[in-house]
Amino acid sequence: MSSTTPLEIGHHRHIHFQEGLELDCGVTLAPIDLAYCTYGTLSERGDNAILICHAFTGDQYVAESHPLTGKSGWWERMVGPGKPIDTDRFFVICSNVLGGCMGSTGPRSLRRNAEGVEEPWGTDFPPITIRDMVRAQYKLVHALGVQRLFAVVGGSMGGMQVLEWTVTYPHMMLAAMPIATAPYHSAQNIAFNEVGRQAIIADPDWRGGRYWQADVVPARGLAVARMMAHITYLSEEALTRKFGRRTRRGPVSGPGPEGPVSLFSDIFEVESYLRYQGSSFVRRFDANSYLSITRAMDWFDIAADHDGELTAAFARTPVRFCVVSFSSDWLFPTSAARALVRALNQAAANVSFVEIDTDKGHDAFLLDEPDFDRTVRGFLCGVAEHAGLV
Amino acid sequence: MRLDQRLIANMIEPGTRVLDIGSGDGLLIDHLFRHRGCDARGIELNMKLVTRSVAHGLPVVHGDADHDLAHYPDHAFDYVVLQRTLQAVARPREVLRQMLRIGRYAIVSFPNFGHWQLRLKLLLSGRMPMTAVWHTAWYDTPNIHPCTIRDFLALCAEEGYSVEQWMAVDEEGERAPWRRSIRLANLFGEQALFLLRRRDD
Repeated sequence: MSSTTPLEIGHHRHIHFQEGLELDCGVTLAPIDLAYCTYGTLSERGDNAILICHAFTGDQYVAESHPLTGKSGWWERMVGPGKPIDTDRFFVICSNVLGGCMGSTGPRSLRRNAEGVEEPWGTDFPPITIRDMVRAQYKLVHALGVQRLFAVVGGSMGGMQVLEWTVTYPHMMLAAMPIATAPYHSAQNIAFNEVGRQAIIADPDWRGGRYWQADVVPARGLAVARMMAHITYLSEEALTRKFGRRTRRGPVSGPGPEGPVSLFSDIFEVESYLRYQGSSFVRRFDANSYLSITRAMDWFDIAADHDGELTAAFARTPVRFCVVSFSSDWLFPTSAARALVRALNQAAANVSFVEIDTDKGHDAFLLDEPDFDRTVRGFLCGVAEHAGLV
Repeated sequence: MRLDQRLIANMIEPGTRVLDIGSGDGLLIDHLFRHRGCDARGIELNMKLVTRSVAHGLPVVHGDADHDLAHYPDHAFDYVVLQRTLQAVARPREVLRQMLRIGRYAIVSFPNFGHWQLRLKLLLSGRMPMTAVWHTAWYDTPNIHPCTIRDFLALCAEEGYSVEQWMAVDEEGERAPWRRSIRLANLFGEQALFLLRRRDD
């Protein structure tokens, strides 16, 4: 059972599933809502839909201005009329992930607690997995009348969802583009996530996850988490190119009365940049969502669900893969992509694999990389041609 | 497409599965897909060529013959193709074994070191021969395992591969007239082209 209703923020829509979803943890979360955006038109045969899976802190505003930040869509350079993911040709769907904070059911959503009082889930929100996110997307895609997805595309955590799609619903899709991602979350990445979580939890304003009661948000903790994570999205070369060792005059209120003024009177530009990234992030992201989603990423391990055999997960897959990595990405390095490609080769899957040469680090998939654009466009055209959909 | 690539394409049955090792600009796999209805895929070492191929919609992965063939399952392909590269791989015998493990047939081409010009130049000058085909100096050449047509046939016999077809080809890829005599082909053929099959099939 589902119903769609137009919604006030932006032009995204909501879909409501009264029956909810049985989660990997065993809990049935009901009802659930998904907020989503679509672009282009679904063909009569329902065969031209591309699902885009957003990254950790992304959302459904792929190709239009963000209602909170006013910035252009996070993949507007890739998705639109005449763009590599061409909305004149394809029907593009992107939904806010389950556990997110841009309209889909997540820790900020209201529920009735044991006393029958309506309040946000907070840290009582059941633990979700990448597969739960994908199952929810499946319900959406199905409800929209898509017979079979033409492709599922996504970078970083979006790439994890793409991989999960290929093993959970291989017959529901023609092609998959896992970008700047890995078949499991590495120890190093779990470690980074844990530092972010601890920064949030250590903020007194987090208040055991019930910050809404005092009408505050753990802004300092969330900003520190974002600053740290942001470093992992870049590369040493990119930081050097953008900021070097340049300094600027720091804010007057800098260190406070207890420290010598000279210690922070000048700050490095890279510091200023990270502070800006941190402070703008807290305005659009929920701290408990941060905890929920990072945990889902940490648990992601495709092979673990198939007796530790990555190849077994992809056995007899009918999906056409295009794996993309970026040479300076150290968060999801090319070695992880190569391990994935080897497993796919072992499964005799149809796979393309390119490493884009760039110094922009993990974030390169969101930035101007002409070779990457050509790869996306060409791969999708090739799939269409092979499937006789030209 | 070079003429010898056409000869290779003609060796391949329509509608089969093909792996082209060193697929370069992807012309052969593109031709096999478009004109022969094959499920043709490529492996290429040069990342620029990989990106160009994928941007043309061709299924190509970055990798090389020495390291990446071991990751493919047995009998995954009908044909495995290695063009003008056998002499440059680190372990040619192992690469051939992998090719005939992954595929039912192997199609291999290589420059023939038995060509009369090479023999004559080495004999007369006493120095490593340089010709139009073998044009890099010994200290720069990627061709670390040169062999002659007869050397290659000896290896096939040793490994138990059945030679289904062979031909000598000149540098432009035109088929040379030495069809009957291996000794003449070994003397006058600039490039050699073989279609091999596993004996146990």
